[in-house]
Amino acid sequence: MSLTYESNGNSSADQRIAETELLRFATAGSVDDGKSTLIGRLLHDAKSILADQLAHVKETSERRGDGELNLALLTDGLRAEREQGITIDVAYRSFQTDKRRFIIADCPGHEQYTRNMVTGASTADLALVLVDARNGLVRQSRRHAAISALLRTPHLVVAINKMDLVDYDQAVYDAIVADFKSWSNGLEFAEARFIPISALKGDNVVEPSTNMDWYDGPTLLHHLETVEIAGDRNLEDWRFPVQWVIRPQNDERHHDYRGYAGQVAAGVLTPGEEVVVLPSGRTTKLAGIDTLDGPLPEAFPPQSVTLLLEDDLDVSRGDLIARAGEANPPTVARELEAIVCWMSDQPLRAGGRYALKHTTRSVRAIVDAIDWHLDVETLAREDNDHGLELNEIGHVRLRLSAPLAFDPYARNRETGSFILIDEATNDTVGAGLIATPEG
Amino acid sequence: MSHELSHLDALEAEAIHIMREVAAELERPVLLFSGGKDSIVLLRLAEKAFRPARFPFPVMHVDTGHNFPEVIDFRDRLIAEIGERLIVASVQESIDKGRAVEERGPRASRNRLQTVTLLDAIAEHQFDAAFGGARRDEERARAKERIFSFRDDFGQWDPKAQRPELWQLYNGRVRKGEHVRVFPISNWTELDVWQYIERERLELPPIYFAHEREVFARDGMLYAASEFVELMDGETVFTETVRYRTVGDMTCTGAVASTATTLETVVAEIAATNITERGQTRADDRVTEAAMEDRKREGYF
Repeated sequence: MSLTYESNGNSSADQRIAETELLRFATAGSVDDGKSTLIGRLLHDAKSILADQLAHVKETSERRGDGELNLALLTDGLRAEREQGITIDVAYRSFQTDKRRFIIADCPGHEQYTRNMVTGASTADLALVLVDARNGLVRQSRRHAAISALLRTPHLVVAINKMDLVDYDQAVYDAIVADFKSWSNGLEFAEARFIPISALKGDNVVEPSTNMDWYDGPTLLHHLETVEIAGDRNLEDWRFPVQWVIRPQNDERHHDYRGYAGQVAAGVLTPGEEVVVLPSGRTTKLAGIDTLDGPLPEAFPPQSVTLLLEDDLDVSRGDLIARAGEANPPTVARELEAIVCWMSDQPLRAGGRYALKHTTRSVRAIVDAIDWHLDVETLAREDNDHGLELNEIGHVRLRLSAPLAFDPYARNRETGSFILIDEATNDTVGAGLIATPEG
Repeated sequence: MSHELSHLDALEAEAIHIMREVAAELERPVLLFSGGKDSIVLLRLAEKAFRPARFPFPVMHVDTGHNFPEVIDFRDRLIAEIGERLIVASVQESIDKGRAVEERGPRASRNRLQTVTLLDAIAEHQFDAAFGGARRDEERARAKERIFSFRDDFGQWDPKAQRPELWQLYNGRVRKGEHVRVFPISNWTELDVWQYIERERLELPPIYFAHEREVFARDGMLYAASEFVELMDGETVFTETVRYRTVGDMTCTGAVASTATTLETVVAEIAATNITERGQTRADDRVTEAAMEDRKREGYF
């Protein structure tokens, strides 16, 4: 069966020129669950597949004898992927409607690629988990939902796909929803939404289905366009990791300029307030917020700005500027506990030493203990006596060469996350989510 | 006051963050500038990231000798205006030194030779990071590439051994001789770039706007008639009102018929187009199904 494509009329050119909001979402799935078809359908129905791309896919499908329009060819970028019919790596794709601009992190669903799901989930506002209506909840969908919850992707959509192959039967949908709800009891999402779809036929992807009158919720695209994401960021605590110190030299006009450049990680910063620079603990006042386009009355995440401080303190890259006297101050410590997702063939073991990059600060870390690891499908804790192998996720205690100022990941993604780097190979080998100490 | 950013503001904030990370973590970065719209956007983003100070890196242009003269004029004016340092790496010099061999025939292009000049210049200046204006929406292989894209001693990209990129924690660690290519506008689309140019009122080389030009038709595209291209049998030169959607060499960059003479009308055309920019205007990507992937592996931009 093949999708039919009309010519690509863009009647709404004027509307598409407005600036809109950006939504990043991650999908994961196996080869057969229709992920590529779904992405193809979204891109096509949102008019984001252009004529030459489509012609290329058609021509290649025919030449390879796929017998139909093979939408996977649109999303598989590398030669090996096209030849072997697999997906190797996370791909990032953009499309837009007149309501929103979207970035899809398209993650491969092979068992060995858990690290790619973690990577995709780390920047996503929303996780789109695909379930094949014929098979129900399989290991792959559980794994993706669990990882998304662990990485605190705020919104979850469970798209129950291939409804056309189960006669659009509400009972099938209801059973999967009930199964998911009972399984996921205890996973934390700000919001979860279930949508019965057929990516192949287009039901409830962009257009409401005429085959499932029993479903009165939004279509997938409508939900993506309207889900409330502005409230997902932490606007309470002030967190500003200093990235770069701007000190113009050889310039008379800016002789005394000293600006602290960085991206706001949390909070709504306003000049005049008392701030504390961590880890030193010195305090001063926020004198101003500077940009190329002039001063700002306030700054909020994820803006990149330059802060001006009232006093000439010794502030450098890696320092964290927070509001003085906050109810939830950052923890400043030389040890931490974290959930670590391991991404290297060389296992993580107690005693291992790594470089750790947290916000804009890099220190060295020694692994003191690995307390337990997770069954990624059930999220049950299991005793650990072997360390963390590739794609394992576990609870780790680290000792640091210098103090870090951090928050629990649950409170703030930006100041609660870190990566581990193997200093022998320079590879990124682990992703860490700072936990509240278990004691 | 609303605490939401528009998509352009969010993309801009991300790009500024990336540029500052490179400046802070690498010893000798360089910004690759082609004179095209994407690298003009990169220069504005660098101003946003580092002003009122100067850029903590030079700007480098790999000059094939087959550039549009309007683009070279524009380059020199823009660099003087923003007061930054420009390095010009010349493909002609690579050919003269015997490092690269000129292609022959009517389809000859210096596109592929640029890689030699680029890698030699990176080695000569010991650059350990090079900013480029590549975007993931341009081409399928690019959709898979990291923002910090690691290159070995030979400048090669290995798509199967990329470092995972989590949150906004970039790992730019390199050994001597290796470098990273960094793409701050990876997540931008062509339309985002045009919207940003319009919003920031950025000046572009005049060839991006409709003008009369002597052209000839080949493979369904319109090419500029120039001393660098031999005509094939049956090809004739005629005058057409055109604009360019991308800026590369005169030998491999096609023009589109257009009467759009202002930013607003160009943006409206881009928003309504149904062909990708590389598909419409770049002969270099049409050679094989994996043309871009192959060139990237060798160290291309």
